[in-house]
Amino acid sequence: MGTSVSLIINGKTVTANIDPRMLLVQFIREHMQLTGTHIGCDTAQCGACTVFVNGNAVKSCSALAVQFEGAQITTIEGIAGANGEMHPMQAAFKECHGLQCGFCTPGMVMSAIDLVKRHGNSLSEQAIREGLDGNICRCTGYHNIVKAVQQGAANMKGV
Amino acid sequence: MYAFEFHRPKSVSEAAALLAKSKGKLIAGGQSLVGAMKLRLASPENLVDLGGVAELRGIKREGNAIVIGAGTRHAEVAASKDVQSSIPALAALAGGIGDRQVRNMGTIGGSLANNDPAADYPAAVLGLGATIRTNKRTIAADDFFKGMYETALAPDELITAVSFPAPKKAAYIKFRNPASRFALVGVFVSQDASGVRVAVTGAGSAGVFRATALEQALAKNFSPDAVKGIKVDTAKLNTDLHATAEYRAHLITVLAGRAVAKASS
Amino acid sequence: MNAPEKAQSAIGASVRRKEDYRFLTGGGKYTDDVTLPGQSYAYFVRSPHAHAKILKINKSAALKAPGVIAVYTGDDTAADKMGGLPCGWLIKDVKGEPMKEPPHPPLAQGKVRHVGDQVAVIIAETYNQAKDAAELLEVDYDVLPAVVDAVEALKPGAPQVHDGAPNNRCYLWSLGDKAATDAAFAKAHHVTKIDITNNRLIPNAIEPRAALAHYNRADESYTLYVANQNPHVERLLMTAFVLGLPEHKVRVIAPDVGGGFGSKIFLYAEDVIVTWASKKVNRPVKWTADRSEAFLSDAHGRDHHTHAELAMDKDGKFLGLRVKTIANLGAYLSTFGSSVPTYLYGTLLAGQYTTPAIYVEVDAAFTNTTPVDAYRGAGRPEATYVLERIVSQAAREMNLDQAEIRRRNFITAFPYQTPVALMYDIGDYKSCLDKAQKLADVAGFPARRAEAEKRGKKRGLGYSTYIEACGLAPSNIAGALGARAGLFEAGEIRVHPTGSVTVFTGSHSHGQGHETTFAQVVAARLGIPVESVDVVHGDTGRMPFGMGTYGSRSIAVGGAAIMKALDKIEAKGKKIAAHLLEAAESDIEFKDGKFTVAGTDKSVPFGGVAFSAYVPHNYPLDKLEPGLNETAFYDPGNFTYPAGTHIAEVEVDPETGVVQIVNFSAVDDFGNIINPMIVEGQVHGGLAQGIGQAMLENCVYDQETGQLLTGSYMDYAMPRAADLPSFKVDTHVTPCTHNPLGVKGCGEAGAIGSPPAVVNAVIDALAPLGVKHLEMPLTPERVWRAIQGKPTKVA
Repeated sequence: MGTSVSLIINGKTVTANIDPRMLLVQFIREHMQLTGTHIGCDTAQCGACTVFVNGNAVKSCSALAVQFEGAQITTIEGIAGANGEMHPMQAAFKECHGLQCGFCTPGMVMSAIDLVKRHGNSLSEQAIREGLDGNICRCTGYHNIVKAVQQGAANMKGV
Repeated sequence: MYAFEFHRPKSVSEAAALLAKSKGKLIAGGQSLVGAMKLRLASPENLVDLGGVAELRGIKREGNAIVIGAGTRHAEVAASKDVQSSIPALAALAGGIGDRQVRNMGTIGGSLANNDPAADYPAAVLGLGATIRTNKRTIAADDFFKGMYETALAPDELITAVSFPAPKKAAYIKFRNPASRFALVGVFVSQDASGVRVAVTGAGSAGVFRATALEQALAKNFSPDAVKGIKVDTAKLNTDLHATAEYRAHLITVLAGRAVAKASS
Repeated sequence: MNAPEKAQSAIGASVRRKEDYRFLTGGGKYTDDVTLPGQSYAYFVRSPHAHAKILKINKSAALKAPGVIAVYTGDDTAADKMGGLPCGWLIKDVKGEPMKEPPHPPLAQGKVRHVGDQVAVIIAETYNQAKDAAELLEVDYDVLPAVVDAVEALKPGAPQVHDGAPNNRCYLWSLGDKAATDAAFAKAHHVTKIDITNNRLIPNAIEPRAALAHYNRADESYTLYVANQNPHVERLLMTAFVLGLPEHKVRVIAPDVGGGFGSKIFLYAEDVIVTWASKKVNRPVKWTADRSEAFLSDAHGRDHHTHAELAMDKDGKFLGLRVKTIANLGAYLSTFGSSVPTYLYGTLLAGQYTTPAIYVEVDAAFTNTTPVDAYRGAGRPEATYVLERIVSQAAREMNLDQAEIRRRNFITAFPYQTPVALMYDIGDYKSCLDKAQKLADVAGFPARRAEAEKRGKKRGLGYSTYIEACGLAPSNIAGALGARAGLFEAGEIRVHPTGSVTVFTGSHSHGQGHETTFAQVVAARLGIPVESVDVVHGDTGRMPFGMGTYGSRSIAVGGAAIMKALDKIEAKGKKIAAHLLEAAESDIEFKDGKFTVAGTDKSVPFGGVAFSAYVPHNYPLDKLEPGLNETAFYDPGNFTYPAGTHIAEVEVDPETGVVQIVNFSAVDDFGNIINPMIVEGQVHGGLAQGIGQAMLENCVYDQETGQLLTGSYMDYAMPRAADLPSFKVDTHVTPCTHNPLGVKGCGEAGAIGSPPAVVNAVIDALAPLGVKHLEMPLTPERVWRAIQGKPTKVA
């Protein structure tokens, strides 16, 4: 009683017949072996599972893979350049020490990029703090994440 | 999550037929339903996905009203120039639902059909006197909400759109539950020719409700001072881990005053 | 080597982290990311009751469910003679008797003692199949009354958690001179008294715990991947005490670990069970907690009720401190649960002050709750909270300035022997306080308060001058106090023939950035680029031994072990260089990556020496082994004593009770600093957890049923970005006197110093309204009720 679904993940079309209860995050992690997208909670709050669906950040733990027939999915593995050079937001997280254990980081970076895409490259500290309300980090106290998003936003100009 | 069968209708009529036939459950953005299914709190045998029903999407003006398709996502409502110009309080409310990722998936129809007692949209619908359009009829806001997670919708009925009349003034203030970030108390106030509405979410033991004592005071004098000192009855308010009914009652009055100030600024 | 590279690898430089590229691009490898061929999935059936007898378990329906490979219960573990989970620290009570140590079975034996207690494990082809089958397992319970509050548990007639622990008491422990303390109180001019609660917390590392075990029949070996902070300790406890396996046949790998904060120190039932089961089913067995399980099964933190009294003379000089604490240990003794409210707590009650007489009693209770153990700070935050709250209260009662009362009592001469067992080697508390006052612009506070008042808001300023004992620990002292393990650290330096280096450390990094900091230490010492040094950790198969990472010990103990190994590398390198340079060994100097004959320009670079060691054609083989690979173990001579001043500035909306932290300033003395960027990051994270405790986080159980009411992020308030301010942090350095790097450790300071600063600030803000006392977390309703003069005891 599988359901067929066809997704474009990081530019590659994937068609599979899956148990419809497979979450998008399970499809990404287990079916695609893209383990950069993480699962940190079961109530859709921590945001570690954030990916882009057609360019918009969503929590892949709170949606079924079969809901995304034909959609373009981008994961953390899909945002660096062809030779592995980091996206400006990734680079800013490194430069500003915006990560420690790294577990929330992929989701945090994806959310930050979504925030910049929607609200522009010049973001106040308050706007960033409120804009990251869908992501929980237990390590950094957010101080350096805020700095990283500010720097990443500035460096995303023209990207 | 329990096993289920998944259906992808292309139209409202097809969805309604599937719903009637399978006794299934609709899924729109799934931001509440998938969570409930993961925790095994919901166990539909058939899931009818509205994601592919194009006619449910979009925002348009109809005279003095803004009509929002049931499948329209919160982020789209927040970013809509039409909503921002006609009912800025509604755009702001939509922009404060859940979090960034939830707003990119969740839909207005899904939120209203779910009628979570701490959700934001029910406050806007009741606070603006909106009209719910379904595949069968139209339902006035005052007749739609029937208690926690309960609505006037029939089992085979689905919301197609919501029509919001543009008010003269309106504002929404949400006091967030520090854990879930849902409304611990949210107050939506509006004023237009037909009068004043004050809708409260998050606080009531039967879900969203109109605070009539506050409405009466504001009908006479639409100013923050008008509500000062009004004691909201605690009898039908929630006491839980996060707040007592007494505190919620206090917040309703305070937030109503602040919302009036915001609406008037 | 060019100049910028040298600057980049120098100690004291904010070198960007070597580990970040993999974390930022999705290349991290956490336990749940590891997939082994033929892997099966474990799902634990947990008790829905806080306290119940298990009358009967019927496996048959579950065994027949699709995909199920095996179902095991306590009967199966008992049949295999599986031991209980051990406690690593024996506490002796006031009479010298050993604490009560009731068994802690990995799968319940006849009784469950907290919601979430493991009853059975189901192993199936898929996770969903295991979970589906769990619903078919029939367990008949006889539900018993439960007790969740430690104060209630110690009262006569309370439900009894363990037969072997009468009145639910694990121990009544004391430290200090009771007679001297009583005498101090007898001559006091004023006594300040407080009753306070240190709220129970749930650690919530964002990576949930996970374990994946594999048994290899060919050589009878096990491999366990586990989200853990100390894989060697995990292996030792599991093999020696629980499973009786030969230690050398078990390899424990803690790969990338997504935060720990103490909660991943411990040996947990799930780790043991999947290891054991992997042999029984002859398949790899994987278990990954979901967040709901983490809430129920990760060891919790804090949970103290304390009455404290501080005796002062007429000038506010502290004469004596008397503390009585009731500590909640949960349903079982977790690995280090017994040590947290005793030797990690009572010993810290001198703080930064010269209080000459201190006496503390701790009554530790079993309850029907998840076990309680070390969580970031572990005992030290509890001690600091008691002390810094009572000192602030004393200042108000004595009409003294908050900074002044602290200054009057600071220890200024070192070394200093406290009346509670510790010997502080060094510190400069006054300078930290002065610097923090400047950083916080205390001078400008009255103006800010007046401005806030005009907007109808109440501003307050709160101090906390904390101390902690880190760098755990001198093994002989710890052993004398009951520790059942050594607390040294191991390090190995493997120099490769081309001069690059792999460092093997027994410390474990789960966010701390050891791959960078330790590389800096080695690069700076050897004069090579930091890129030429890789740090390996977290694998019993690769490093000699390790006690792991907790208690802010990694740089102070693990770093010192690396330095000792580097001493050996340097010494051997000098011998090789002397041969190559045809000079006396005593004439060889090592500096900037070169071995030089003193007073000449004759030199050989480090890489040249390394090459000679591995291609020993021109080499003193008659006197020296080839190769350049050295191992060292380091056992610290004392604890380290980081200290500092934290100042919180808050603004309260009296209409709603909402508290906003508008400024938070911290000046900490961590001794020498290797990487300031990483150290600041550690402080930020600690502050967020401390402020989280003060403002948001609270683990709540239903008092009647023992159900965990805050069992998800829907009800347990985690700090988000908008809950916190940007922090102002700075350091003041007094180098540690007894380790080779002069370092003290920085991982816990933020969580230790900040809670009392926040609470003191809110009380300062509301004192004009008559508020004298508030309990954490400072939820808006609690604050509002305090302002209204209403009882604040709400859930």
